Amino acid sequence: MENKPHISVRNLNVWYGEHKALNDITIDIPDKKFTAIIGPSGCGKTTLLKSFNRLMELQDGVRTTGEVLVDGEDIYGPKVEVTHLRRKMGLLFQRPQVLPTSIYENVAYGLRIHSGTDRKLIYTTVQRYLKEAALWDEVKDRLYEPAAKLSLGQQQRLCLARGLAVEPNIILGDEPTSALDPISAERIERKLLQLKDKYTIVLVTHILRQARRLADHVIFLYMGNLVESGPAKDFFENPRDRKTRAYINGEFIEEPAA
Amino acid sequence: MDIRNLKDRIASRVMCTLCMAVVGLAFLMAFGLFLKARPVLSLRGIFNVLFSVTWHPTQGHFGLASFIMGTLWVTGIAMLFAVPLSICTAVYISEYAHRRTRTLIRPVIDVLAGVSPVIYGVWGVIAIVPIVRDRLMPFLSSRFPFFPFASDNYTGYSALSAGIVLAVMISPVIISVTESVIREVPLGVREASLALGATKWQTVKHAVLKKAWPGIIAAVMLGLARAFGETIAVLMVAGCALGFVTKSIFDPAYPLPALIANTYGEMMSVPLYDAAIMLAAFILLAVTAAFNMVGWRILLRIEKEGFSDG
Amino acid sequence: MSLSAFVTVAVLFWLLVTVFAKGLPALNLDMLTKTPRGGYYIGKEGGILNAILGSLSLGVGATALALLVSLPVVLYLHVYLKKLSKRAFIVRFFLDVLWGIPSIVYGAFGFTLMAFFGVRASLLAGTITVAFLIMPIMTRSMDEAFKMIPFELQEACFALGSTRLETAVRVVLRQARAGIVTAVLIAFGRGIGDAASVLFTAGFTDSLPYSLFKPVATLPLAIFFQLGTPFPEVQQRGYASAVVLTVIILAISIAARVFSKKYLKHIER
Repeated sequence: MENKPHISVRNLNVWYGEHKALNDITIDIPDKKFTAIIGPSGCGKTTLLKSFNRLMELQDGVRTTGEVLVDGEDIYGPKVEVTHLRRKMGLLFQRPQVLPTSIYENVAYGLRIHSGTDRKLIYTTVQRYLKEAALWDEVKDRLYEPAAKLSLGQQQRLCLARGLAVEPNIILGDEPTSALDPISAERIERKLLQLKDKYTIVLVTHILRQARRLADHVIFLYMGNLVESGPAKDFFENPRDRKTRAYINGEFIEEPAA
Repeated sequence: MDIRNLKDRIASRVMCTLCMAVVGLAFLMAFGLFLKARPVLSLRGIFNVLFSVTWHPTQGHFGLASFIMGTLWVTGIAMLFAVPLSICTAVYISEYAHRRTRTLIRPVIDVLAGVSPVIYGVWGVIAIVPIVRDRLMPFLSSRFPFFPFASDNYTGYSALSAGIVLAVMISPVIISVTESVIREVPLGVREASLALGATKWQTVKHAVLKKAWPGIIAAVMLGLARAFGETIAVLMVAGCALGFVTKSIFDPAYPLPALIANTYGEMMSVPLYDAAIMLAAFILLAVTAAFNMVGWRILLRIEKEGFSDG
Repeated sequence: MSLSAFVTVAVLFWLLVTVFAKGLPALNLDMLTKTPRGGYYIGKEGGILNAILGSLSLGVGATALALLVSLPVVLYLHVYLKKLSKRAFIVRFFLDVLWGIPSIVYGAFGFTLMAFFGVRASLLAGTITVAFLIMPIMTRSMDEAFKMIPFELQEACFALGSTRLETAVRVVLRQARAGIVTAVLIAFGRGIGDAASVLFTAGFTDSLPYSLFKPVATLPLAIFFQLGTPFPEVQQRGYASAVVLTVIILAISIAARVFSKKYLKHIER
């Protein structure tokens, strides 16, 4: 049951200026499984996620120590080509970020920058991934219209298609359904479940029920610390840590008296 | 390293160089003008140049004091008119005006800001100078025959005309900066005051403006800097009489920028003349840069820290 | 309080009315399409085409030069540098300082450069000086426009494996295009209307602009010189020039507003 982890985090610490966002995190993300990172807001879930594709370093005053191994290689190593690394992972944001071009060009963007411009190949690839994201039927007649005209749910599916088109092995999601209406949210969830067979999926969510529905593996972060992690069934039925139990039950987590 | 990253690196170098060139430009300007100005400084010394009123280039006298005085007169009059008017307008726009009025007034201010200085000069000549000459001067000069009204200049081309035109020119700057500063004052401040039962005017006066006043000072400084440096509009209506020390608002004035503009033709023919003019330009650069730096520092601090509560 | 606002608006109208009242009668087809004849200061015939074309060519040239610097600088500030970086702060600070320097100082500086390089008063010298003058305005306006673009858009590009250059040019620049147009228009308006910077550097002439190295006529200077003569016919030409310049600037102001509104709508989606 335990196969080789796709992502291995070892003693990861992340500082935002003076504030320490992640404290000595050591965790494994299993391969081709659905992992949910849960915890209250502001506890470092997004920071951890964005450490996987080194998106954190775009912000001001961010300092990182420790290792993050993807496919065995430390992504913070000196020889790592960050653009290639990021291509291995697709990221869905909370608010869909469509590029200011047409629907077609949004999906084609990754292809254009990474693999050159064979027109027919790009067209077939765009079509394939729009279908994969369950968007093709809705947009096939207006591929060249501005992507901004789509509804939020459609935009998020477009972002999914765009992310898949660069052929990553890992899909990262930062609460990708929280800005969507329930129907669109459900569609995205269903699609992510289908993709689980081919991709490793890591989803940050603050909706416990979503984690219960989707996850094979759960990681619980609180105040930048790893509290507990494990297979979803064990996690939800037999939580070991007191804080975990409190969180799952919807109670306030109390710090032990010092 | 592949070609994409190579392109990225090269682009980064180029852009960074351009940024440095921008910063360098400022220093280059100051340095260049100063270098050109040195001959007259070493001959005459800074105090003589700044404080002597003797301006006789052919005889080697380069006292800039009368021109500095002219600048002060014109700028002073302009600020006298512009500051109250602009602050009131800004307060009105941000606190009192209806949405619709606001959308009407803002473009007007933008247009005023964009109008060419020459056009202001034309307006000044056609509209302001006659008013000063035919109405204001006779009226005020006879009623109050003392400083600062008494004058022998009946042409209308005077410090007052220049001051009025300049006031209109710098108002947009003061208005827009003041308005944005007032808007930055958090809503909570107003709410707190009104909740205590204060009237709108009391709220504005004691709560909002009190918080906003550093920003308003900054706005005034930026306006002042602009007034100092305006050349062509002032030149057209100020009179520019050589050898005259301005003692009245109706006297002609010869501000520093106008001096620089007027003498470009003759500069090269007399020794040290060009150095003196470059010195005048350097002084303008230094003074306006100083006011701008202080003004922007205040504004930046407001933007970063917001308004402290209390 | 509302009185002061009213005064401000009233003054604008007063200004426009006087300029147009004096100038419109003098404006006719001849004025716009011919060059002055019979010598500049005393010629009673001909028109102001020399100044119109001169101003336009100088304005376009200066704007293009300034754009070559402004655009890379703004892209660098927004995509390559982090938001609170010290370098970004310094660059912006100096841009603001440069913005505040009077145009006559730019003119004097341009003049020193001309002396240094041995160039005479010409279209080239004028264009470069005005380019220096308007670059800070253009850059800061663009900067403000770019500030409105959410950072997540860049993050999305990087997450797809873009380099900074690709993000800047393919996406951020595209997103900001209306804002860029506004900035360019504002800078152009400023450049074309300024007299003090071209006074020393562009010279003046009766002829149409035909060479980079020869002096060129500009509308602001044309107005200034023509109004300074004692001849009513020449003064009339001056007023006509004033109207043309005002119309150009008004058109630019309106266009800039239109684009800026378009940009705001586009950003807020």
